[in-house]
Amino acid sequence: MCPRLKAVSNSNTELGDSWEYEPAPEGTRPEISDSYGLFIDGEFVEPSSGKMMKTVSPSTEEVLSEVGVADAEDVDRAVSAARTASAKWRRIAPRERAKYLFRIARRIQEKARELAVLESMDGGKPIKESRDIDVPEAAKHFFYHGGWADKLDYAFPGRQAKPVGVAAQIIPWNFPLLMAAWKIAPALACGNTVILKPAETTPLTALALAEILQEVDLPPGVVNILTGAGKTGASLASHPGLNKLAFTGSTEVGKKLAENLAGTDVRLTLELGGKSPNIIFEDASIDQAIEGIVAGIWFNQGHVCCAGSRLFVQEGVVDEVLEKLDLRMQSLRIGDPLDKNTDVGAINSRAQLRRIRGYLTQGKKEGAELHRVRGPKLPDKGFWMRPCYLTGVQPAHVVAREEIFGPVLSVMTFRTPEEALRRANNTPYGLAAGVWSDKGSRIFDVASKLKAGVVWCNTYNRFDASSPFGGFKESGFGREGGRQGLRAYLNLV
Amino acid sequence: MPVRSGNSSVFVDPVMVAQRASSFTRRSIKQKAKIEGLRLAVSMVDLTTLEGKDSPGKVRALCRKAVRPDPGLEGIPSVAAVCVYPAMVTVAHEALSGSGVRVASVATGFPAGQTSLESRLDEVRSAVGDGAEEIDMVISRGALLTGDASRVTDEVRQVKSVCGSAHLKVILETGELETLDRIAEASRLAIAGGADFIKTSTGKVAPAATMEAGLVMLEAIRDHFLKTGKVVGMKPAGGIRTAKEALHWLVMVKETLGNEWLTPERFRFGASSLLDDILRQLHKQASGNYAASYDVPEA
Repeated sequence: MCPRLKAVSNSNTELGDSWEYEPAPEGTRPEISDSYGLFIDGEFVEPSSGKMMKTVSPSTEEVLSEVGVADAEDVDRAVSAARTASAKWRRIAPRERAKYLFRIARRIQEKARELAVLESMDGGKPIKESRDIDVPEAAKHFFYHGGWADKLDYAFPGRQAKPVGVAAQIIPWNFPLLMAAWKIAPALACGNTVILKPAETTPLTALALAEILQEVDLPPGVVNILTGAGKTGASLASHPGLNKLAFTGSTEVGKKLAENLAGTDVRLTLELGGKSPNIIFEDASIDQAIEGIVAGIWFNQGHVCCAGSRLFVQEGVVDEVLEKLDLRMQSLRIGDPLDKNTDVGAINSRAQLRRIRGYLTQGKKEGAELHRVRGPKLPDKGFWMRPCYLTGVQPAHVVAREEIFGPVLSVMTFRTPEEALRRANNTPYGLAAGVWSDKGSRIFDVASKLKAGVVWCNTYNRFDASSPFGGFKESGFGREGGRQGLRAYLNLV
Repeated sequence: MPVRSGNSSVFVDPVMVAQRASSFTRRSIKQKAKIEGLRLAVSMVDLTTLEGKDSPGKVRALCRKAVRPDPGLEGIPSVAAVCVYPAMVTVAHEALSGSGVRVASVATGFPAGQTSLESRLDEVRSAVGDGAEEIDMVISRGALLTGDASRVTDEVRQVKSVCGSAHLKVILETGELETLDRIAEASRLAIAGGADFIKTSTGKVAPAATMEAGLVMLEAIRDHFLKTGKVVGMKPAGGIRTAKEALHWLVMVKETLGNEWLTPERFRFGASSLLDDILRQLHKQASGNYAASYDVPEA
C-alpha cells in the first residue's frame, strides 16, 4: 500500500501477502425503460418536438436509456398543469399533504436498493455513497418536511404562512435524487406545486421518482418533471407563469438567472458554486483531520458544491499532514461504481472530465506539483480520474480560486490563525468551511469569523434535513433544509 | 493532559475515529477473499484459556486444538500460539513441542498488575524459564492515569530486559484507560519501552477490543514505523467472538498498515471462542451448510 511501509517487510507473509478483496458487485438491477417521456400532469408524455436525448453510464459509456427533451411548448404545458393543480393542492388539509410526503418517503425506502443502483449507474458515484447517503437522505427530506406540513403557522410565530404558488426548480447532476428531494419536499409541504428540471446527464432517478409519485397517487400536476439540457432550463426559468425559481448549479448560470428575474416578482433562491476552505491547525487531531480532508474532497469524486477544495495547513504540521494524506489517499479504491468496496467512482461526464483535466494542466503550468493515487490501471471505457492533490499552490493561482468540481485538492499553508482566516475568506465564494482543532476556544473564534453558510468543526460534509444549507456572496442566497428552508416556499402575512 | 511532542499527533478525536472505524465494517468480503481471510485469521489466533479452573488436562486439549484446529476441514493452518497462565506453561510447552505453535504466557500479576515490580519480573523470568516464547504483560494503569507516564515506559523496559528471546506483548487494558487520548499515549509509552506487540486488553474488563481503540493503536504503530522504520505488532484481545468481526479487523489492519501487517508475526487475535466461529464459517463455505456446534471439535 505505501512504499515506505512496504520497504522493510521481511516477514513470512505467504498467507497475508496478497489478501485482496474480491469484486463485490451489487447484484440488484433496476428496471430501466428504453425511453422515458416528460412527466406532465401525472402522466409520462411525448415531448412536443419528438426530440429525445440519450443518457449514458459514465463508468461504461453504455447508453442506459433515452429521455425526452422538453422545449418551450412542453414547459408551457407543465407550468399550466402546475398552476391548475395549485388551486386544489394549496387548499387541501395540511395533514393530508403531509400524508403524501410520508408516502413518498416510505416508497423511497422500499425501493432504496433499486434507486441506489440506478443513481450509481447513471451518475458514476460509488454504490456505498448512493446506498448510505443519497437515497436515505432523500427519504429523510420527505419525512422531515412531511412533519412541517401541518405546523407551518408555528414555524413563524405571529405570521400566517401561505404557499407561494408555482415553483420551478432546476437541479444539478452531482446528487440527482437527493437534490430533487431537497427541492420538492419543502415545496410540497408548504403547499406549492412544482416543475422540476433534472440535469442533462442524470435524469433517471428523477424519472424513477416520478413513478413513485404515480404509485402514491399524488394528484396530477402537483409535481411535473421536464428532462432536457440547458435550453430546457432557460425556457423554464424565463416562463412568465412562475411564482418562484430555485436553482442549484454554477455561479455563471445563477448570475444570469438573477439578472433575468430582476424587477419581477418571482422569488429566487440560488445555491451556487464554492471553493470552500478546510483549515487544519497544528493543535488538531491530525489522523482524524486526514479523514476530514478525504471526506471533504474525494467524497462523490469531488463533485460537491461545498467540497473542501482549498486545504490550509498550519506550517508546523504540514509535513506530517501531507505524509499521512498521501498514505490515506493511496488506500482509496477507484473503479466500478457498483462494486461495494469502491471509494471513488467515475467522473460524471466527458465534458466534466475535460474541464478538470484543463485545471490540472493549468495548475502544473502555474508551478503546482501534482500528487495522485498510483493504484491499479483504470478501466478503458468510461470517464476516470485519479484522486489527487496539488502542492506548491499559491493563493493567486487559478486552481486556488476557481471551482474545479472534481477530485482535486489544492494545498496551501498558513502561519497564524489571522492569516488562515484572511486566506480562507479571500474568495468570491462562501458556501462552506472546515475547521480542525482540538482547542475549543480556537474553534469558536475561527468559526465565527469565517464567511460561509456552513462551518463544520472537526468534521466535514455532514448534512441533515433539519439543518439549513446555503451560501454567502457568489455561492448564492436562500437556505435549504430546516425551518429556514421553508421560508423560500412561503409568503408570510 | 497529553502534550504534543515533536510532530506526532497526540490529540485524538473520538467522533472521527468512530466514523473511520465503522467504515472498515462496511467492506464487502466475499468468496475467495472471505475464505482466505478466515484462514489467515486462524493462523493469527492466540488460543487462550485464562481461568482459575484451568488444569493440565484442559491445557493439553487446547494445545491439540491449536495444532490442528479442525481435522474435518482441509488446509486449515495451526493457530499462532496458545496463551496460558504461568503455572500452565510447562504443560503447554510439552504439548506443543515441535508443532510450530508458540507458547505464550500472561505474566506480571495479570490481570491487575498490582504486585511489586520485583515479583512481576520474577514471574516473567520463571515463565520464560519454563518455555514461554511470548510474554503478555500488563501496564500499571494506575500510574498512567495519575500522570506517572515514565513509570509505565520504565516497567515495560525492565520486563523486556528479563524476557530474553521471548517476544513481549504489552497489554494496555484500554477499557480502564477509557479515553482514546490515553490509549494513544499508552501505546506510545509501551512502544518506547520496547514492546514487540501492543495488546488491547486482558479480556477481564469490558469494553475490551473495540475497533476504535484498535484504530488508535494501529495508528500509533504506523507513526512509530514512519518515524523509526521499526515494526511493532498488534493484538486485539477480548470481545472478538465472530468470524465477521475478525474480518473487520483484518480490513482495518490492511487499510491502516497494509498487507505487510497481515501475518501472525505482526498481528494476533487473543481469543477463545472466535476460533470455533471461524471454523463454522469455513465449514459453511466448504459445504454450503451451516455447521452445528458439535461439528467443530471441542478444545
